[in-house]
Amino acid sequence: MNRINKLFQEKKNILSIYYTAGYPNLGDTVAIAEELERSGADLLEIGFPYSDPVADGPIIQASSKTALDGGMTLKLLFEQLKDLRKTVSIPVLLMGYVNPMLQYGVENFCKSCAEVGVDGCIVPDLPMIEYEELYSGAFKENGLTNIFLVTPQTSPERIRKIDGLSNGFIYLLSSSATTGQNLQVSEGTEAYFSRIADLKLNNPTMIGFGISSKETFDKACQYANGAIIGSAFVKNLKADDVAGSVKDFMKTFKS
Amino acid sequence: MNYFVNEKGYFGDFGGAYIPEMLYPNVEELRTNYLKIIEDEDFQKEFHQLLKDYVGRPSPLYLAKRLSQRYNANIFLKREDLNHTGAHKINNTIGQILLAERLGKKRIIAETGAGQHGVATATVCALRGLECVVYMGEIDIKRQAPNVARMKMLGAKVVPATSGSKTLKDATNEAMRDWINNPIDTHYIIGSVVGPHPYPDMVALFQSIISEETKKQLIEQTGNDQPDYVLACVGGGSNAMGMFYHFINDEQVKLIAVEAAGKGVDSGHSAATTSLGKEGVLHGSRSILMQTEDGQVIEPYSVSAGLDYPGIGPQHAHLFKTLRGEYVSVTDDESLQAGLLLTQLEGIIPAIESAHALAYLEKMKFTGKENVVVCLSGRGDKDMDTYMKYFDL
Repeated sequence: MNRINKLFQEKKNILSIYYTAGYPNLGDTVAIAEELERSGADLLEIGFPYSDPVADGPIIQASSKTALDGGMTLKLLFEQLKDLRKTVSIPVLLMGYVNPMLQYGVENFCKSCAEVGVDGCIVPDLPMIEYEELYSGAFKENGLTNIFLVTPQTSPERIRKIDGLSNGFIYLLSSSATTGQNLQVSEGTEAYFSRIADLKLNNPTMIGFGISSKETFDKACQYANGAIIGSAFVKNLKADDVAGSVKDFMKTFKS
Repeated sequence: MNYFVNEKGYFGDFGGAYIPEMLYPNVEELRTNYLKIIEDEDFQKEFHQLLKDYVGRPSPLYLAKRLSQRYNANIFLKREDLNHTGAHKINNTIGQILLAERLGKKRIIAETGAGQHGVATATVCALRGLECVVYMGEIDIKRQAPNVARMKMLGAKVVPATSGSKTLKDATNEAMRDWINNPIDTHYIIGSVVGPHPYPDMVALFQSIISEETKKQLIEQTGNDQPDYVLACVGGGSNAMGMFYHFINDEQVKLIAVEAAGKGVDSGHSAATTSLGKEGVLHGSRSILMQTEDGQVIEPYSVSAGLDYPGIGPQHAHLFKTLRGEYVSVTDDESLQAGLLLTQLEGIIPAIESAHALAYLEKMKFTGKENVVVCLSGRGDKDMDTYMKYFDL
């Protein structure tokens, strides 16, 4: 059983943290992963930066730019992650946009993921149909899971299709928005979360976008198996005290 | 060979809809409705009425005699510069605003580089009483002050794009982010034949009026609707696609697309996408784009803000790859000189974008018999600053 399935079988209220590889300093990628695991994160999403991240708000755009300016590339990221599994045991996903992945070569990308012990990917602008027809083979061969996004506007039929193609979890966007905004659980959002619950999907769900604090995290956990924190975490990282700023942030989640 | 879009939204290897899930419902709504709406008789009637009475179409096809003499060919100029707002961009914004209304949208967003598409969008929004927000790179806002003022006077809100290089590419990113955050009531009027399917096909359909008219005008003027050459400049490629559209299946008509080489293709300051680019995904479609080995988009450069884009539309990528079109480039200097030449031989000051197409005539060999159509996509009023500085006027 892969690390992701195992995690969801064993735990509730899963705390997943997103951060951008190569930010705040080029060499921080693995150190942040290690510190996050020590501080109680259950799942990691490491972003590989892209010059034109249209689904992201200002915080992740800025972290991506810093990382790229510092020299981060997919090739370098895989080098940095070479010994990841010697020190990090929680599941790790890579998250990024499709173009860097295409230039690296999708098959090579999947192989490199498997080699360093990455468990899956989130590629927001990779269309479902392309994944299904062209790339799902390479993902499966390398034991990778592909995580799809669902928004309040995604139709039930499409959600069912996504559920069928998923083997890990489904990423529920709290609202149709770019990253880095605050979760407002309105009646509409609640209705959307219950609508998803009523579909009785095969895959567990995680709520992301707008989760920034213990309070919003707890709220999200009422409706899903856990939640994902991205911008709020990235914003908090301090270049001159990476480990300390990770620890301090994670402390706020211990009740 | 099929040069047009297939049922999956691809032109050969290019196109598709590489969009995050947040945009899926918006794009899907468009995809399932655009042909139905455009082909509707009422839509066609209203579209053509506005093109005639408001835009001033058909635009003339003008035989430029002195230019013809100079190059030893019959050179016809398709005068898109005479359209209301001064360029071909309005053909598309009229089409898309009528479509947006039929989809029940209340709010319009757009991206703009030089401001021509922004002005054309703000114009149709004023015309139809819809809210309008235009994203424009912070640097372009400074470079194109008169167009910013025009948009504001037309009632649009101009929002500076402060991310990345602060130019057209980033304005496009910001417009997409706006659309993600406003999925229900907003329509995004993309200004070129780029973006996720169905945009490249839809914008080409609206711009195809250019070649539709040209064919009729050629018959009237030459008795033959097939010229030897058709030339147009290419940034994203909307005027070129409109100019090529009805000639694409006339295989003996040579299609020449002129890209902006900037300070020279290999100077590191260029926007010659087909020379410098590789296949990849930008702004929602698979096409050819300028990028690093790692797949990061490279900042283009051109003296012309309208050609300063790191990609080309997917249909252009297909015409390029299948060799149906010839994709060439000219430099800043060559195009500015061509702009001056047209001004002094014909009394027409062209947009620097359009001057790129004219500049390529210099590199062609003619025997005196050829019929050549050049798309004069816009007028040069907006470029007077650049011309003044360059020629010390």
